Amino acid sequence: MTAVSCIDLCKTYRQGDQDIKALDHVSIDIQEGGFVCLSAPSGGGKTTLLNAIGGLDIPDSGQVIVAGTRIDNMSKGDLADLRLRQIGFVFQAYNLIPVLTAQENVEFVMQVQGMAANKRRDRSFAILKEVGLEGLEGRRPAEMSGGQQQRVAVARAIASRPALVLADEPTANLDSKTAGELMELFKMLNELHGTTFVIATHDQRVMTFAKRLIRMLDGQIVEDIDQRAA
Amino acid sequence: MLRVLFMLAWRNLWRNHRRTFIMLAAIGTGVWAMIFMTALTRGMVDQMISDGIKEMPGHVQMHNPEFRDDPSVNNLIALDDAELAARFEDAEFKAWASRVRVPAIVTSERDSRGVTLLGIDPVSEREMSFVNYDDVAGRFLESSDDKGIVIGEKLAEILETEIGKRIVIMSQDPDNEIADRGLRVVGLFTASTSATEETYVFMGKKTAQKMLGIEGATTEVVFLGDDYRNVDPLYDAVVGKVDGNVEISRWYDVNTYLGTMMGVMDGFVLIWVIVIFLALSFGLVNTLVMAVFERIREIGLMLALGMKPGSILGQIVIESMLLLAIGLTIGNVLAVITILPLQNGIDISIVADGMEMMGAASMLYPALYANDMILANAVVLILGFLASLSPAWRASRYEPVEAISKV
Repeated sequence: MTAVSCIDLCKTYRQGDQDIKALDHVSIDIQEGGFVCLSAPSGGGKTTLLNAIGGLDIPDSGQVIVAGTRIDNMSKGDLADLRLRQIGFVFQAYNLIPVLTAQENVEFVMQVQGMAANKRRDRSFAILKEVGLEGLEGRRPAEMSGGQQQRVAVARAIASRPALVLADEPTANLDSKTAGELMELFKMLNELHGTTFVIATHDQRVMTFAKRLIRMLDGQIVEDIDQRAA
Repeated sequence: MLRVLFMLAWRNLWRNHRRTFIMLAAIGTGVWAMIFMTALTRGMVDQMISDGIKEMPGHVQMHNPEFRDDPSVNNLIALDDAELAARFEDAEFKAWASRVRVPAIVTSERDSRGVTLLGIDPVSEREMSFVNYDDVAGRFLESSDDKGIVIGEKLAEILETEIGKRIVIMSQDPDNEIADRGLRVVGLFTASTSATEETYVFMGKKTAQKMLGIEGATTEVVFLGDDYRNVDPLYDAVVGKVDGNVEISRWYDVNTYLGTMMGVMDGFVLIWVIVIFLALSFGLVNTLVMAVFERIREIGLMLALGMKPGSILGQIVIESMLLLAIGLTIGNVLAVITILPLQNGIDISIVADGMEMMGAASMLYPALYANDMILANAVVLILGFLASLSPAWRASRYEPVEAISKV
């Protein structure tokens, strides 16, 4: 089954008096359970593609289909609902809500979804344990290291069991050891729950974890490698 | 959802303690000022009305239709004492009294003054008079045919007279002849304003009737009800007992200045509360704008995670409402604990002359009304809600991608 399908996506940004082509006729299909890395240098279009897939940004043309539903023409409210129920996000920084504890951050999406409190609590405890943060449930983001914060973000992204997790430079602010541990966690969750992961990165170490590596340059896909075969 | 919004709003409120405390101090002080100043003004106006009604006295008055334009002895009420007693004796008024009220001149061996002569039955007026009989220096009148006269302390000072001395009271009889009589001063009364002490002199009603040659006749009948704010039932009851040959007036028709004061007071309170709130609102909006600006990335994150713009708006509005609610509580408590100790009155005699020109007394008794507190709280909450909508709306309109990437 196709989890994500992008058809002929184009997106142009205006920067000063120049038009920058962030996406230039991009088409890809990502299968359910995929573990895909989008790799590109800065300005190569990987974040724009990730945002288009997540319904955070609307392409100028082309179609984005997530879980069989076309989303590029959805209203803001419907897009918010799609993100809430079907997509988990891990951002590079400012991932957590500072006034909430680790557990509350993990529960946040489920709480907005309207899940019952006891179910939320059980699930958040279990997932925090799964990502190695048992005992840190009551800590606020400021009381945790960068790696621990990213783990909480990952826990939040998967807590509501979305079909798709999008991660934008998740290891950018982490040291290599912590980055490796986070990628191992992604891989474990991908294999354990069958969750589709799409990770935008320019970190070579992260790319080695991917089953599929899509390289982009100047808004175009220049290489699409199945790393399982390699 | 509402629970998570409240939790976020509450915790965000205390993120910047200093700013929140400063804003709470501003709201608390503003609300205190609203309620405190309103209580002072209410107290002053209430007392002016209360004193004014006691001076008249009564909540409803009955006169000859010409009397209010020409308050002379020629405009007597067509009903004599016996008929009045027959009509009103069994009526369920709180109190009523018939009296003679005419302009007169009082003369001592030193000076003379124009006054209003009140010929009264001291027994029936005891409950409604502005004079506390027990506080009168010397004694008050004892009956309708008392041969003494009671004047104000201020008038005694002007006339350079005192208890035991004789003074001459002079007016006109119905034939426009001079009617006068020498009377011994038996008592000196005090009132809330020196103007009152200077204006009124009290004689026994029968003594006054005899002097004026109007035995059995009166110029005024006064009726006291339970509440000066609700005089219509009393008015209707009086109207139901007389024919058309007299004029029945509510107190605010007789003293239009006081009537107007009461009418404008509610409007004044509302304007006062709104003016203070407008000053507060700049601080409130600024606080919310800053709070939103500082949290722009978080707001972007919440939107990216699927929170609806309406929930972001709700979160900011709830934060504002919580801030206002705490500020209101502080302001209300401050107002109550500063007003209650002043219930025995504030001596404003230092500005008494100026205040007397408005009919106010030299002691000011703050009047704390639940309705005024409710009004102040409601205005702050409603206008605070409206003021918070703008920053909240802006926050809800952020594009998640742009908000997250804001530096």
